[in-house]
Amino acid sequence: MLEDTIAAISTPIGEGGLGIVRISGPRALFIGNKIFTKKVSRLPSHTIHHGHIIDPRSKERIDEVMLSIFKKPRSFTAEDMIEISGHGGIVPLRKILEACLTNGARLAEPGEFTKRAFLNERIDLAQAEAVVDIIRAKTEMGLTVALHQLDGELSSKIEGLRQELINLSAHLEAAIDFPEEDIERLESPQMLLRTRKVLKGIRKLLEGAEGGKILREGIKTVIIGRPNVGKSSLLNALLKEKRAIVTPIPGTTRDIIEEIINVGGIPLKIIDTAGLTTAKGIVEKESVARTRRSLKTADLVLLVMDAATHLSKEDHKIMGDVKDKKVIVVINKTDLPEVIEANEIKKILHDKRVLKVSATKKTGLKRLEKMIIDLIFEGGVTPSDRTLVTNIRHKDALERTRKSLENMIESIEKDMSAEFISVDLKAALNSLGEITGKTVTEDILDEIFSRFCIGK
Amino acid sequence: MAQYKKEYDVIVVGGGHAGCEASLASTRMKAKTLLITSSLDNIAHMSCNPAIGGLGKSQLVREIDALGGEMARNIDRTGIQFRMLNTKKGPAVQAPRAQADRRNYRISMRRVLEKEKNLDIKQDLVEKIIVKGERIIGIRTQIGIEYRGKTVILATGTFLKGLILMGKISFPAGRMGEFPADRLSDSLKKIGLKLARLNTCTPPRIEGKTVNFSELIKQPGDTPPSPFSFSTKEIKIEQIPCYLTFTNDATHRVIKKNLKDSPLITGEARGLPPRYCPSVEEKIARFPEKKRHQIFIEPEGRDTTEHYVNGFFTGFSKEIQIEALRTMRGLEKVEITKPGYAIEYDFVFPTQLKPSLETKRIGNLFLAGQINGTSGYEEAAAQGIMAGINAVLKIRGKEPFILNRSEAYIGVLIDDLVTKGTKEPYRMFTSRAEYRLILRCDNADQRLLKYGHRFGLVSRKEYERCQRKYAQVEEEIRRLKKSRARPTKRVNNLLKRLGTDSIKEDTPLSQLLKRPEVRYRDLVKIDEGKKKISSEVAQGVEIALKYEGYIKRELRQIERFKRLEKKRIPSDFNYSKLEGLRMESKEKLNSIRPVSIGQASRISGVNPSDISLLLVYLARGERKKNEQGKRA
Repeated sequence: MLEDTIAAISTPIGEGGLGIVRISGPRALFIGNKIFTKKVSRLPSHTIHHGHIIDPRSKERIDEVMLSIFKKPRSFTAEDMIEISGHGGIVPLRKILEACLTNGARLAEPGEFTKRAFLNERIDLAQAEAVVDIIRAKTEMGLTVALHQLDGELSSKIEGLRQELINLSAHLEAAIDFPEEDIERLESPQMLLRTRKVLKGIRKLLEGAEGGKILREGIKTVIIGRPNVGKSSLLNALLKEKRAIVTPIPGTTRDIIEEIINVGGIPLKIIDTAGLTTAKGIVEKESVARTRRSLKTADLVLLVMDAATHLSKEDHKIMGDVKDKKVIVVINKTDLPEVIEANEIKKILHDKRVLKVSATKKTGLKRLEKMIIDLIFEGGVTPSDRTLVTNIRHKDALERTRKSLENMIESIEKDMSAEFISVDLKAALNSLGEITGKTVTEDILDEIFSRFCIGK
Repeated sequence: MAQYKKEYDVIVVGGGHAGCEASLASTRMKAKTLLITSSLDNIAHMSCNPAIGGLGKSQLVREIDALGGEMARNIDRTGIQFRMLNTKKGPAVQAPRAQADRRNYRISMRRVLEKEKNLDIKQDLVEKIIVKGERIIGIRTQIGIEYRGKTVILATGTFLKGLILMGKISFPAGRMGEFPADRLSDSLKKIGLKLARLNTCTPPRIEGKTVNFSELIKQPGDTPPSPFSFSTKEIKIEQIPCYLTFTNDATHRVIKKNLKDSPLITGEARGLPPRYCPSVEEKIARFPEKKRHQIFIEPEGRDTTEHYVNGFFTGFSKEIQIEALRTMRGLEKVEITKPGYAIEYDFVFPTQLKPSLETKRIGNLFLAGQINGTSGYEEAAAQGIMAGINAVLKIRGKEPFILNRSEAYIGVLIDDLVTKGTKEPYRMFTSRAEYRLILRCDNADQRLLKYGHRFGLVSRKEYERCQRKYAQVEEEIRRLKKSRARPTKRVNNLLKRLGTDSIKEDTPLSQLLKRPEVRYRDLVKIDEGKKKISSEVAQGVEIALKYEGYIKRELRQIERFKRLEKKRIPSDFNYSKLEGLRMESKEKLNSIRPVSIGQASRISGVNPSDISLLLVYLARGERKKNEQGKRA
């Protein structure tokens, strides 16, 4: 276990201008060699170097960084360590971490650096008491969260792909273990076809991951307000393109629309909600319930109000709903004659920031972005960084699944015998199992016995 | 109450496949051993299928052989048909299977046991185990005799509260025609062991004279037969064929009409049956879309006309069995000699055992075979030899002998049992092994002979022969990596004939051998520096090269696996006091008491963060001890 090399982003996201990626273990210097513009293993211990992190695959520059070297045993963990200070911004940091993972590191468990320091006798017993607390506290959060992370659609997609692989595996294993049984054989062309289909599914998920569909980490920002105050227009203005359908009919946004925008290197996961109203139709009621749910988990709320109308009962109710959240009040439609009682708002939400914009005329948007960044850097808003961890973990697992499936396809094409194909198939299943948290051997046996009549 | 005056080191209860290997290992390790069985004439009796081997199972037999056990040699002596399975797949998953002469297998094994000068064999029924404090000191039998032993190995098979069921009839029996061991079961409960029920069933035996074999499909054995034991040079026998027929619509109608007759369908038979060996009525009920099922007619022996109806496991009453059998081609006039039946029996939850097969609760009491919830002669024998070795080591105050999952199927078997337990009769499959390409039939000697030799169960001669063999394999691989084939017409013609690409430049022979189409025997034709090597060595070379990349990968995984296995957990470790462990994990860890972090990580419901915490607590304990030591 200690012989692995581990890596993690070790600064809280959004709490400082710089972010640090830490790597510890026997391969730390080697990984440094691969991703840094200088030969890290030749550099002396306890020195700092300026350079660039390069993606070894695409040769692309990821970030301009300062890299520190600590050779064993004179490091925090008593192992070889490097620390990479990036220019902050979660996107480059994540890319640096991913470069480490694809070059032989694995993602550190919560508290693992401290744990290593203790196991390598670098810190004493008293300090170590704290290690247990760290592991306990962080894993309680982290592990329970891993599955919840996946929204229903994604997890059912992964489960579907996994089931297909379990089924393929049952065919292979039954053919190996029960050669005398009269059971349906899966011929190579079919096996190839079905494996390719799964691979396609995995690749699609990975593309989604790149584009942010899985990795929707960062600040969960919810746009809220009563119907037709221009929530979707605000979202579109921030996105600089039309996504949500915008019409003058109240209640157009029935579903929750999620988008990622990048504000000063910080990704905001923006959730446009259906207007909060006293809904009548069944569909509307469901939409409102969803809106309330997403409000509950929001890191930041953008409360949108209509400058051209008076404060209504609904507005008052919503203000009450968001009182305990981090809120920016956005008074929209300032291109129209202003009648809204701004002072009243300031009275009710006295500790919140208020800002006037026009989403259609695109005025006040820059100030809104700045206000968001300020709020984050003041520590007023903290992102759920565990989301980031589990998401990178997922992506890493999917990446390994993809590799195994590619190997498997190669073996089938070469017409290799079942036991070779099985090696990669089982590896793929194990990687997927890291996301879904399920065991493999028993599942395959269950599938064999429920599908095939075995019993000579 | 009479106490027998002689005291034993090891008392083995039960003369089945586990009991035989246990008593042989023990007596050959020079321990004073008693084998006590309820029926001397049924020593090493094959209760069900008259066959040894098959996938997963033959690997076990080879491993038993490498450890100095008897099963492989006994089937080589008494087999009447030998076949290699999976010959169309790679050598790593090929496995021998043999039909045995049921009676000869028994006689031959009994002869082996009787030849052991210091082994006492007695017929009696054990009723009680005698415990003093937390240690076993002996057993008492039905006729009131107490035998004292430093260790006891229970290998009682399906005999604990055995209950035979046939249709609506049921009666207590250990096997058809034999007494069950009812009181022993209660004696085990009394000392605090947890028991539960399992069930299984066996097919009818039929009279060959009443079978029309010309209507059946003949299945001959391989020529030449491939032996099980590494010490068997060749098998020279006339082989007897098996036959194949099928169930049909009429069979299925009879069975469907009578489903309610079977205790396996009505649920009257308690406990779970094995899913891989369902009764014919369960097959037809569960897979209605399947139009026919294979039924194998297998000879019971060389000098009998009785046959075994493989695939026709059943709990039906005899009339229905015969009605259903007679619907099948070639069996229209068949007569049953012995009907099939279902049997339910007690087993001990194997999670109550240490990896040495000693019970955690009662010191020096070992359990082996079907009593631990397994099924199969091979699984039983494997536990038998391990229990035998460990009982002797225990007396001698030595560390127990534990094989891990990366070195043997025996390791996989015992680790699964003691770590995960089982709900149905446990059978070995190759898919249970993480390192299937390394745990092969052909290299069981390379993996395990050293242990057999260390315990005095394998002769020095055998051991040295094995070392020579693998030295030759290494040498030949080195040579093939250096020797090159030139892109001549002769070479390319050969490659073309084998259906593989021609070469354009000098290519190492090892590279050519890696191609799936090329076998070692093909290479010989273009290999100028070829050496005379045995077919065993040739096979070793071929497998090592063909699987090279994959084997390397598995070896790397094994390295990782071993690191966690090496981290030992003290046996008195108190999980209850660990803060931060989830309740479920605490309970599981407290009851299983894993010996290593590796074993702990395989317990279902124990997650990685629990393991992380355990590691820190363990290290902390060590540190505390050291710091106190320094102060003192």
